[in-house]
Amino acid sequence: MKPSAKMAKLVPLLAVFFYLVCVSEAVFEDQVGKFDWRRQYVGKVLFASFDSPSQSSKKLFVATDKNIFASLNSRTGDLFWRHVDKMGPEGAVDTLLVNAQDALMVIGDGRLLRSWDTNVGGLNWEVVLDTGSFQAACFVGIQDTVKHVAVLKKTAISLHYLSNGHQKWVENLPDSDTVKYQAVYSGGGEEVFVLGMVPHSHLTITVYSLEDGEIIRQVTGPQLSSCVVVGRGVLMCVDNYTQALYTLAIQAEDSPQFRQVLLQSLDLEVSQDFQPVLVSTQPHPARSPLPEFFLQLGPDHHILLQLSEDGSTIAPLRDFQPAFLVSFATTGEKTVAAVMAPKNTTVSLLYPGLYVHAFLKKDDSVGYRVLVQTEDHALTFIQLLARSRVVWTREEALADVVTMEMVDLPLTGTQAELEGEFGKKADGLLPMVMKRLSSQVILLQAWMAHLWKLFYEARKPRSQIKNEVTIETLSRDEFNLQKMMVMVTASGKLFGIDSKSGTILWKHYLENVQPNAAFKLIVQRTTAHFPHPPQCTLLIKDKDTGLATLHVFNPIFGRKSQISLPALPRPILQSLLLPVIDQDYAKCLLLVDDQYKVTAFPSTKNVMQQLQEMASSIFFYLVDSEQGTLSGFRLRKDLSSELIWEVVLPTEVQKIVAVKGKRPSEHVHSQGRVMGDRSVLYKYLNPNLLAVVTESTDTHPERAFVGMFLVDGVTGRIIHEAVQRKARGPIHFVHSENWVVYEYWNTKSRRNEFSVLELFEGTELYNSTVFSSLDRPHLPQVLQQSYIFPSPITTMEATLTEKGITSRHLLVGLPSGAILSLPKMFLDPRRPEVVNEHSREENLIPYAPEMPIRTEWFINYNQTISRLKGIYTAPSGLESTCLVVAYGLDIYQTRVYPSKQFDVLKDDYDYVLISSVLFALFFATMISKRLAEVKLLNRAWR
Amino acid sequence: MASGGPSFLLLSMVPTILLLCIDFACCNTGRRTSDGLDTDFTGFSVPLEHSFEVDDVSQFRVRGALQLRGGRETSVSLSQNQLSEEDRSTLKEVAAVDGLYRIRVPRVSLSADRQSDRPMDGFLTAFVRACSLVESHLSDVITLHTDVSGFLIGVSIVTIPGACRGTEVEDEVDLEAFNTTLNVIAPTNAPQPETALFIERMDMENEKRGKPQEQKSFFAKYWYLILGGAIFLMASSSAQAPAGGAEEQQS
Repeated sequence: MKPSAKMAKLVPLLAVFFYLVCVSEAVFEDQVGKFDWRRQYVGKVLFASFDSPSQSSKKLFVATDKNIFASLNSRTGDLFWRHVDKMGPEGAVDTLLVNAQDALMVIGDGRLLRSWDTNVGGLNWEVVLDTGSFQAACFVGIQDTVKHVAVLKKTAISLHYLSNGHQKWVENLPDSDTVKYQAVYSGGGEEVFVLGMVPHSHLTITVYSLEDGEIIRQVTGPQLSSCVVVGRGVLMCVDNYTQALYTLAIQAEDSPQFRQVLLQSLDLEVSQDFQPVLVSTQPHPARSPLPEFFLQLGPDHHILLQLSEDGSTIAPLRDFQPAFLVSFATTGEKTVAAVMAPKNTTVSLLYPGLYVHAFLKKDDSVGYRVLVQTEDHALTFIQLLARSRVVWTREEALADVVTMEMVDLPLTGTQAELEGEFGKKADGLLPMVMKRLSSQVILLQAWMAHLWKLFYEARKPRSQIKNEVTIETLSRDEFNLQKMMVMVTASGKLFGIDSKSGTILWKHYLENVQPNAAFKLIVQRTTAHFPHPPQCTLLIKDKDTGLATLHVFNPIFGRKSQISLPALPRPILQSLLLPVIDQDYAKCLLLVDDQYKVTAFPSTKNVMQQLQEMASSIFFYLVDSEQGTLSGFRLRKDLSSELIWEVVLPTEVQKIVAVKGKRPSEHVHSQGRVMGDRSVLYKYLNPNLLAVVTESTDTHPERAFVGMFLVDGVTGRIIHEAVQRKARGPIHFVHSENWVVYEYWNTKSRRNEFSVLELFEGTELYNSTVFSSLDRPHLPQVLQQSYIFPSPITTMEATLTEKGITSRHLLVGLPSGAILSLPKMFLDPRRPEVVNEHSREENLIPYAPEMPIRTEWFINYNQTISRLKGIYTAPSGLESTCLVVAYGLDIYQTRVYPSKQFDVLKDDYDYVLISSVLFALFFATMISKRLAEVKLLNRAWR
Repeated sequence: MASGGPSFLLLSMVPTILLLCIDFACCNTGRRTSDGLDTDFTGFSVPLEHSFEVDDVSQFRVRGALQLRGGRETSVSLSQNQLSEEDRSTLKEVAAVDGLYRIRVPRVSLSADRQSDRPMDGFLTAFVRACSLVESHLSDVITLHTDVSGFLIGVSIVTIPGACRGTEVEDEVDLEAFNTTLNVIAPTNAPQPETALFIERMDMENEKRGKPQEQKSFFAKYWYLILGGAIFLMASSSAQAPAGGAEEQQS
């Protein structure tokens, strides 16, 4: 009775203790935004619209390829509001129509029709449309008021009220199996026109009554392409074959006829192999379009034409060449045509989107603003007044970050000078002395300059001192907390971002990157080797052909490096960074091609020599998930390689989902864990260990399983093989130190579960000095425990610190956009079922099957990150601090302190008290010493 | 061991045997459909091949045969040949240049009923440094790994001790016969969250802590009310009799 009562008392005590230990993450209100920042993005703009035709309007609406509808501030480029819909085709925006206060969107290939209030971004209504793929939509208005919207689908047309979304009528389209309906038009009358084409045959126009959806009449015509409505209900088409324009008055009651106008008669000619395109404008949906229209005759050739009042003649107004993009904009009664022409022909950026906003200025003249979407996913807003200027630019490529690295900033000039002195090779005594003296002089100069700056700035008011980060002022801070984030985006644009402020310091657009390319970013030389600049290498691999290219650049300035690149004629299977460094301190990168030949980069003589010496100890592995094979190779002296081991997982049973090694930069501080009885349990720290995760091909909930294999990457030895029954993916896992944590879906209990594997060598180390995969005959002990996790997760990463002393936390990205910092202590397979003396001594938390989610563990408080895709962690110069970057649609950077800031004095540390106590003690000692001397002297005289 | 005929290569067959069987009983679901027949199954053998060449171009020769015996407990035994004089010298030469000693087994299924289904092609290979094999006097541990349905997915070989210290092996006899330990390892089942045990423990703790407290607290909390009630009852019952007298007695 007695011990159990004691234990019962201890359990809550322990709980309180761990609670105190673990609560460390919560942010105080005054710390918000001090160490962290978030940038929100929307993606590549598909549709854009301006608010109202006045100069004071600030709103700008965009719908993007990331299924986002957002409102931007046109003065600053900031977001007013943003609505993030489902990923994939289900949430894809088909069209965006804006009329006064209503923004209409058709979503998911005609699945939903939504109306938004453009003032506040609230949803007015949403209706589910009938099935059928979406073709076109337009507003329908009578007598200058827009009351309806028409939605054209493949087989039906429906009319909805603008006020509440209710359907007025829906009609099946005639002959919808042969006719391809393309466009819907209303010119302010009582009729709705639908244009359809029968491929290689003819064109039909069906006219519906606005009132009840009855077919009033049908008109057929010859086979044409690219049709628009111009002027007062004149259908204008262009045909490439006959090189002619065709006009048809569609509103005429009696059977109208097409009129042909040869392009030759207008002195026009279409470029070779170019399909001519017509562009017209309808300023108000309840009125007819303007008689002016553009005809595109070539990739960079546009012509502005005008249809005469009676619709009989076409006259060219102006020829624009070169001109890539044209657009119309209207304000009040005035309409402007905007043409984008390249200033110099070397500009190769394509402009997929041009949106013009024209507005009346106070003096009734027309002003323009232009929104340009470029191919590198940058969104630029230009004001065209007396002097054109770029108002803002949004780098929307950052909405899709693929991979990133953090690079230390370079030292300041003075620090670098000192470093450089040690870096250079010694050449005699006298030059060394001279060098030392010169560097001291430089240091003195820098110090004087610094003093002068201090003095100068002290006189200026504080607000005037600029504290902006520029590429010139970049230098490492005391604790290396500020770093350069090198981000690679899916569009092929590279960014260098200051981690402290989030400012983009450099950007570089890689042209000719395939949309499905895979990227791998490698830091070949860090900043530590002054005067050699740091060097990053981006491996770009085409997923279809497997061919790879290298882009070598300086991560601090973004400049492409002039190093000669190796020729890579064959598909690349694997790349590995060796610790071998050449005479310029660049690490050697090995690229393995599909014939298992190895290319080294850089391939200097020095490196080749080292490689030949080390060849027999360089091993690499390849994974073929289609065949289910894992194979190991050893490098030969002639840079070919030989197969030395093979593990085959039959694909009929399970398929390899992911393979992960450990991060090479990781440090493990302690070799073992001290147990309750003061013995040491040594960790199995195999740097070559690979965690291979498989999923069963059988997806039946009773038979599905997830396999976890731990394989030595050098010998191919399967260290551990475990099967999680009744489980399936998606699997997220972290492999670090001596543990693997993975998360899966339990198909039987229908919940997410965490499982942790830890490997120990036992109480004795086999060979404590060095680890060799070739000489480790005994298998490690494997401990495993599983827990219920009350939320699905999107990504997972472990914190990383400089020396590995700080306890580890897992950063778990949740679908809600929060990042949970989960102490690894909770994921410990040695958590005891029953508490005893030893486990209490070890501070083990008693086992509980459910993992808690505490809101104070959310490191990003209310700064949620939409569509979180990855988390990157990097150590800082402070052991307690780990830098975290989370990316997805948004980018969020913060610092975490898994063991609190044990190596930093608090902000409110009482310096006065401690120094006064010190001084007091010092004087007390002096006085008492004096007194003691006097007393001793007196005693001696006695 | 007495037969050490140096010139006759394969005459001396010393069967160094066998080991082990890790039971499959724990982890088979769909595999064991024909339980009754398993005991009658006679087993089959697959070759274990090895290769050690000075120029490191692998040329596999038969080292022995793995006797697989399906059944309730899959057992695997190994019978293998002695190394010939020539082999021994080659092995020592390979060890001297730090070459590799490789082994391979064909991809087969250890479970009896799957074996005949579909012959699989290809081999599973593993290696060990030849010098460690020599220095350990040919004492090695070969482990066969299977997946959930009994297919062989990997093989590994280690020597005990595993290090190469450069010690010279003088005695030729040490390199004649393999001293092999053979293991078969099937995947272990990863644990599920232990909810049942935890609830049991919680209940026990609650019982221990909760019950005596509750019983005690009921009387401890309300004894004065009960007592007061009793006194009140007594007082009111006595008040019906001579009024006033009872009150005086009480005080």
